[in-house]
Amino acid sequence: MISFYHPANSLLHRLAAGYKILGLLLLGTVLFQISDLRVVFATVIIVGILYFIAKIPLKLAVEQLKPALYLLLVLFAAQYLMNSLELAIFVVLRFAALIMAAGLVTLTTKVSEMVAAIETALSIFSRWVAVEKVSLAISLTIRFIPVIAAITVEVKEAQRVRGMERNIFAVAMPVVIRTLKMATDVAEALDARSFGADFSKK
Amino acid sequence: MITLQSVDVTLGGRAVLQSISLEMDQSRIGIIGLNGSGKSTFARLLNGLQLPSSGSVSVDGLDTRKDGRKIRSRVGFVFQNPDNQIVYPTVREDLAFGLKNLGYAPAEIKTKIEDALVTYRIDHLADRLTHQLSGGEKQMVALIGVLVMRPEYVILDEPTTLLDLRNKNRLMGIIKSLSQRVVMVTHDLDLLADFDRVLCFHEGRLHADGSPSEVIAGYLKLCIS
Repeated sequence: MISFYHPANSLLHRLAAGYKILGLLLLGTVLFQISDLRVVFATVIIVGILYFIAKIPLKLAVEQLKPALYLLLVLFAAQYLMNSLELAIFVVLRFAALIMAAGLVTLTTKVSEMVAAIETALSIFSRWVAVEKVSLAISLTIRFIPVIAAITVEVKEAQRVRGMERNIFAVAMPVVIRTLKMATDVAEALDARSFGADFSKK
Repeated sequence: MITLQSVDVTLGGRAVLQSISLEMDQSRIGIIGLNGSGKSTFARLLNGLQLPSSGSVSVDGLDTRKDGRKIRSRVGFVFQNPDNQIVYPTVREDLAFGLKNLGYAPAEIKTKIEDALVTYRIDHLADRLTHQLSGGEKQMVALIGVLVMRPEYVILDEPTTLLDLRNKNRLMGIIKSLSQRVVMVTHDLDLLADFDRVLCFHEGRLHADGSPSEVIAGYLKLCIS
């Protein structure tokens, strides 16, 4: 979600984010109600075709499964040892289909569209929930994960020079302090850009 | 016009600014001073990010204490570190943020963003991830994120500190072309040559106020004393 949006002009890119998220939720629910291996296998194939329709390069499509590869292997081994080969294949394919579908939604949906869809869904609860703040919190989280990761790398390098890279506190403390300082600056920046100003429509 | 009347700012028991009274109506105003002289605090007073401990700051008759929100829509602020100012993962989304806050309709936001992307020649960055931009590109996005909101004043707090010479020149090119009034805090004294007025702060007080040549000459003496 942080860096995987792949710009292209396809039907899936043009489809509203809300429908894609809803489709993903439905797929997740339906897949766990099905016990037929052929249906799950067909789902994997269909998701694969959707990648093709969305003009996603093969390398990028394969990358969606990479982070979950170990989990899938563990699942496969556990199911194979405790149950059967067929069940192991079934469970792994089911997860693979879901992960690939989720990856497809991410690759074809901009964060702003995703956030807008969540905002629309939450608007039902707008009497109780500050929708604007929730959606901003999601965006900020996505935006600042790589920033905090970069700070951690910087601090680690600085501590390595001092021979302290193995000291978890020597790394964690500066990261936490810098992150808190950054949070204050970001809050000011939000204020400076009129967040929550509640201006009437121009 | 921005007006400061007998402004004091005390932070954590320390007097950061003392007895500042000014009227600012020039098109280009530069702010200089040594580290810790109070110049950034002064800049933050101008759009109500920092409220005075005593005295008052007003922008076109609006008091920063009472009308902070209205003032921030008139007075754009560009921070030193663009990483803390860019809040969305892609450039286009980040440019939309301020406009959304001002209540513009989605179609209008789209048009304004396209205009800004073309005007400032960053259309090639539109769908790039903000954390993957270079320092110069980030600062450009941060500035344009403010300009797209069409403020009447633009305050810049050391905007060129993290930039190389090429990006510095490009940023200054944009700043020079602005129709808005500009107040810029900087350590790059050569950037202020064309400015109408320069203020120099020293130990929380307004040390000098005048033309760039005379104020900078005084500041240079201060630096070696």
